Amino acid sequence: MKINKLYLFLIVVALVAPSLVYPVFLMKLLCFALFACAFNLLLGFVGLLSFGHAAFLGTGGYITGYLMLETGITPELGILAGTVGAGLLGAIYGKLAVKREGIYFAMVTLALAQLAFFFYLQAPFSGGEDGLQGVRRGALFGLIDLSDNFAMYYFVLAIFIFGFWLIHRTVHSPFGQILKAIRENEPRAVSLGYNVNDYKWVAFIISSALAGLAGSTKTLVFQLASLTDVHWHMSGEVVLMTLLGGMGTIFGPLVGAGVVVSIQNLLSGGELGNYINIVMGVIFIICVLAFRSGLVGEFQKLMKKNFN
Amino acid sequence: MKAMKKTLLAVAMTVAATTGVQAAGISNDVVKIGVLVDMGGVYADICGQGCVTAVEMAVEDFGGTVLGKPIEIVSADDQNKPDVGSAKVRQWIENDNVDVVTGLVASSVTGAATKVLTDAKKIALISTSASNAFTTKACSPYNVHWTYNVAALANGTVKPMVAAGKKKWFFITADYAFGHALEGIATKVIESSGGEVVGAVRAPFGTTDFSSYVLQAQASGADVVGLANAGGDFVNSLKTAAEFGLTETTDVAGLLVFTNNALALDPAIAAGMKATSGFYWDMDDQTREWSARFKARHGVIPSMGQAGQYSMTMHYLNAIKAAGTDESDAVMKKMKETKPDDFFARNATLRNDGRMVHDMLLVSIKDAASRKSPDDIYNIEEVIPGDVAFNPMLPECDFK
Amino acid sequence: MATIFGINLFALSGQLLVGLINGSFYALLSLGLAIIFGLLKIINFAQGAMYMLGAFFAWMALNYMGINYWWALILVPIAIGLLAILMERFLVRPIANEDHLYSLLLTFGIALVLQGAFTHIYGSSGLPYQIPDELKGGTKLPFMYLPNYRAWIIVSSLVVCFSTWWVIEKTKLGAYLRAGTENPQLMQGFGINVPLITTLTFGFGVALAGFAGVLAAPVYSVSPDMGSNILIVVFAIVVIGGMGSIGGAILTGLMMGVVEGLTKFFYPEASTTVIFLFMVIVLLVKPAGLFGKEA
Repeated sequence: MKINKLYLFLIVVALVAPSLVYPVFLMKLLCFALFACAFNLLLGFVGLLSFGHAAFLGTGGYITGYLMLETGITPELGILAGTVGAGLLGAIYGKLAVKREGIYFAMVTLALAQLAFFFYLQAPFSGGEDGLQGVRRGALFGLIDLSDNFAMYYFVLAIFIFGFWLIHRTVHSPFGQILKAIRENEPRAVSLGYNVNDYKWVAFIISSALAGLAGSTKTLVFQLASLTDVHWHMSGEVVLMTLLGGMGTIFGPLVGAGVVVSIQNLLSGGELGNYINIVMGVIFIICVLAFRSGLVGEFQKLMKKNFN
Repeated sequence: MKAMKKTLLAVAMTVAATTGVQAAGISNDVVKIGVLVDMGGVYADICGQGCVTAVEMAVEDFGGTVLGKPIEIVSADDQNKPDVGSAKVRQWIENDNVDVVTGLVASSVTGAATKVLTDAKKIALISTSASNAFTTKACSPYNVHWTYNVAALANGTVKPMVAAGKKKWFFITADYAFGHALEGIATKVIESSGGEVVGAVRAPFGTTDFSSYVLQAQASGADVVGLANAGGDFVNSLKTAAEFGLTETTDVAGLLVFTNNALALDPAIAAGMKATSGFYWDMDDQTREWSARFKARHGVIPSMGQAGQYSMTMHYLNAIKAAGTDESDAVMKKMKETKPDDFFARNATLRNDGRMVHDMLLVSIKDAASRKSPDDIYNIEEVIPGDVAFNPMLPECDFK
Repeated sequence: MATIFGINLFALSGQLLVGLINGSFYALLSLGLAIIFGLLKIINFAQGAMYMLGAFFAWMALNYMGINYWWALILVPIAIGLLAILMERFLVRPIANEDHLYSLLLTFGIALVLQGAFTHIYGSSGLPYQIPDELKGGTKLPFMYLPNYRAWIIVSSLVVCFSTWWVIEKTKLGAYLRAGTENPQLMQGFGINVPLITTLTFGFGVALAGFAGVLAAPVYSVSPDMGSNILIVVFAIVVIGGMGSIGGAILTGLMMGVVEGLTKFFYPEASTTVIFLFMVIVLLVKPAGLFGKEA
């Protein structure tokens, strides 16, 4: 009941927010929050640290961007295509990556993502360093013109809620319970007869498809798909968001994305721009050394300690 | 009663008139200039904070106000990323009432930013980008491209070399839009002057090891190896060419050289190399006077992009003053009507396509012995008239 | 020119030699990673940043203190090693008992800070560093002009790599090290100070990256992002080689340099991706890596 009230409150905030805050900033925040939630599905609930999730964000973005530029399809179809494309790439990469564990898994995903990066850098359709510029937002179902920032915002909000709901359902399904069992004790899950690698693989596909959804949406918002979204830096950023917010918590990635995007926004104007990497690095170090449960995790601990 | 009515009418008319003037005057009672540059990346030295300084100097020299309204400067780091740049420009226009965006370095960022600006009918003052797309295939009535472009580089550097008998060319090209554009336009110049291109390799942006590309250039048997790249890529490829003995057997031509790169290079490697530049600090008293003021504030001699930045900002502010408004179309009209003329822009016009055509310089890098000071790096070989350096305007880009 | 099957052998040999030079850097960096991984079971994401730091320290030593290349080649790795020891003691060790993924993230953060700081101070357009006078010029080989400095890179990195291998595999000190890897508790029981060995090993592994950085300074421009790009390639190399053996890390590094050189000759467009593709193939055929021991 309490949690329902919280959701209700958040939805009300989300609905009125664009009249108070610059809508494009909010849309960016929602896209990254969805990206971080998708990533958290792997890290927080299966215990797999992917250091290459940018590949899926970018693939979604490039596919949607290319289709919106070159064909007359409507935005919802463009986003669907981007999501499916990222999911397919996730199926291939995931199949390879789940062969290894722990640190190796991180390195394999990083290297595979770099492969994707060089592909988008050199492929003839992706525009190299320029990226795909001037992508049109189009009209939703051919009816609602999305070039208006408010219309676009509510569309992005709907996508985010859908993605969030899907992750929530996945985590609380029997499938999600098995994932957690794998995270807690993989040998036991094996001994119980589960084909652990297949479960990891499916989780990887869901996560990459949702990351692609975030990337597709982001491309529509900014009318641009670029190499930034496939760069290893982006993979690092989503790790930071999740770690800072609290991995394995439902709201952690949302909070983490909010904080990181806000900091970037704050620093990007003017003289402090040079400090972005330093600040990000320092947050990383502090998170790892001092509060590994992240903001939401620590908050939950505090609540438990004081109210139980 | 009648008199009363008349007075009311008069008042109403005055109010209408005043608001009318205000609408044509300065929007939001401030002229806000957004400076979008790379602050910490590979292009930070050639524009970066120096371009912000140049804009500040222009605003101060202009008096800080225009038509009685203050001039405000905001700046941001685009990190050479088109997504970062275009998002910032969008926010400036939609949320922060910015009137004009300038700086604009990496061609990829400029491409994305100008699209947003043109949609919003706001002016882009491009200082340091190389691509000629902004006044050709991506031209717009709101683009102003100042310092130089790839066509001027190719016409300035390549043409005289081919004419002097260096017929066979090989390119080491930066593998992105700018490099491709530079190689493409240089190839056209070479072929139309009777030379030929015997080969080219594409090196990714930010390549650290150029040795394999240099070996390919060596095996090609070309008379000239053209470096169609910029910044760190240029410095690294030239150093490697020298190391493998390429510079001793073959001419190596840097197609885009900034003073910052020339300062960083060992004179033993770079001496004698010719390059085309939009500006050199030590040309005459006018350039020296401004450059000394710039160096006193920024610590380094101005690059051509930074000098162009000042000149362009001044021209924009003068146009607002002359037009009596900061409304984009009126300002663009005035900017094109008035000939730019200052220490930077010599024999200059701003064409209808937004291309600022002015005298370019063919320079050569001095050897160590003939340098009188650390900043004394170029010999000016020749002044190239603007209409020789820049390609003619395309009819579809003739924005009246 | 000598050709066979229409292939220009001279050009090919040139590219292979250049590949071997790049491979020397890969070998030094992956060797450092392998040594650290062996004892601490962590991957040092800051290895690339330390390589960058090595090049910058060499530049600073020359420009601020007048220390020449040859002294820098000795002193800089020591300085980097000491820095690494501090890093191990105060940052890495406190989380040594946590999941090793945390150390990966920690060192990633350190790499970001170092790269950001140097970008802030020195910009990223790169600083010049002269080739030492003794190694200027070059040798005319039948198939190419080989700059003396490039030859020096191959020779010196092979010497350092081989000596390291020899110390670890053939000496008593190495035996302690390897035993410490296998069973730290037992070694502690024998009265050997395992934490000290761990710290020193970390320092040495990172010092190798610093050494590579000094070697790289005269040929690659000294710039803040020189480390991050090479590191991801080295990660792929580590996956290809597997973490089982010291010799494997060295061999895979050299080999991948040559593979890259071959690609640059036959199909240059793929030269940036070939190592990653190679990794995919190895993962499919032998997931533990070419020299890996674990299942």
